[in-house]
Amino acid sequence: MTLPGYPEAAPLAGLAGGVLIGLAAAVMLLGLGRIAGVSGIAAKAAGLGGSGIARGGAWTFLIGLPLGALVVSLAQGGIAASFASAPVLVIAGLLVGIGTRLGSGCTSGHGVCGISRFSARSIVATLTFMAAGIATVAAMNALGLEVLP
Amino acid sequence: MNRTTLPSLLSGILFGAGLALGGMTDPARVRGFLDLFGAWDPTLAFVMGGAVIVMAVAWRMVARMPQPWLAEAFHLPTRADLTPRLIGGAALFGMGWGIAGLCPGPGIAALVIEPMSAAVFVAAMLVGMAAVRLVEGTPA
Repeated sequence: MTLPGYPEAAPLAGLAGGVLIGLAAAVMLLGLGRIAGVSGIAAKAAGLGGSGIARGGAWTFLIGLPLGALVVSLAQGGIAASFASAPVLVIAGLLVGIGTRLGSGCTSGHGVCGISRFSARSIVATLTFMAAGIATVAAMNALGLEVLP
Repeated sequence: MNRTTLPSLLSGILFGAGLALGGMTDPARVRGFLDLFGAWDPTLAFVMGGAVIVMAVAWRMVARMPQPWLAEAFHLPTRADLTPRLIGGAALFGMGWGIAGLCPGPGIAALVIEPMSAAVFVAAMLVGMAAVRLVEGTPA
């Protein structure tokens, strides 16, 4: 299924993926009483503060992320993806690492878990990082900076 | 191994599968969503919408649960203050997100899709996290 006017969009696959992500966060919340915020869990696993989850649980959650992606990749016979060059990934990764620690979360913790709880901090954080992301892409396009192959 | 290990693994697998199925492990699709003034791709909105709907139900369930199924107590954020740190951090994160089309979950999940690129991103992200920790010191 496609959206009229948006030939690139995959709304049904997106919705199905979103439901799986919601179920994942619900398992973490209802089962263990924790927020499934990837940046906080990654910081915890690396010994850099972050989530209050047990460190072993942080590691198994993080190991599960590529495992789940692998299952989908095998089922679909590969996943299309185009990545930026290493220097661009370094700059982006540094900003994401610094920003998510200062901002106490990322797309999962604020965007999924926080918004669904009507958390004011998460709503403000999500609006802020979305606006910053949109402004960044718009600025890069205006400057003719192509980062993806 | 303790009783948080397997539920965490299940959560991670579901999460990673959802990211991949929804196209979020492809930075081009994420940047397409952020390209609001260009060739906008709304797919990410469907991903986030699906996840938020399921989680809204989960939060309703939490309100009636004395404790989680497998733990003694809920450990949930309680802060409600909007600080410059929160907003500035979110802005920096959004810039990084826009530059490469990657946030933490897809970056880690993509380790099986394009290992070298994903590893560079994740390593830099951890350096950034460590830098914050270094500057601020270990909180009491």
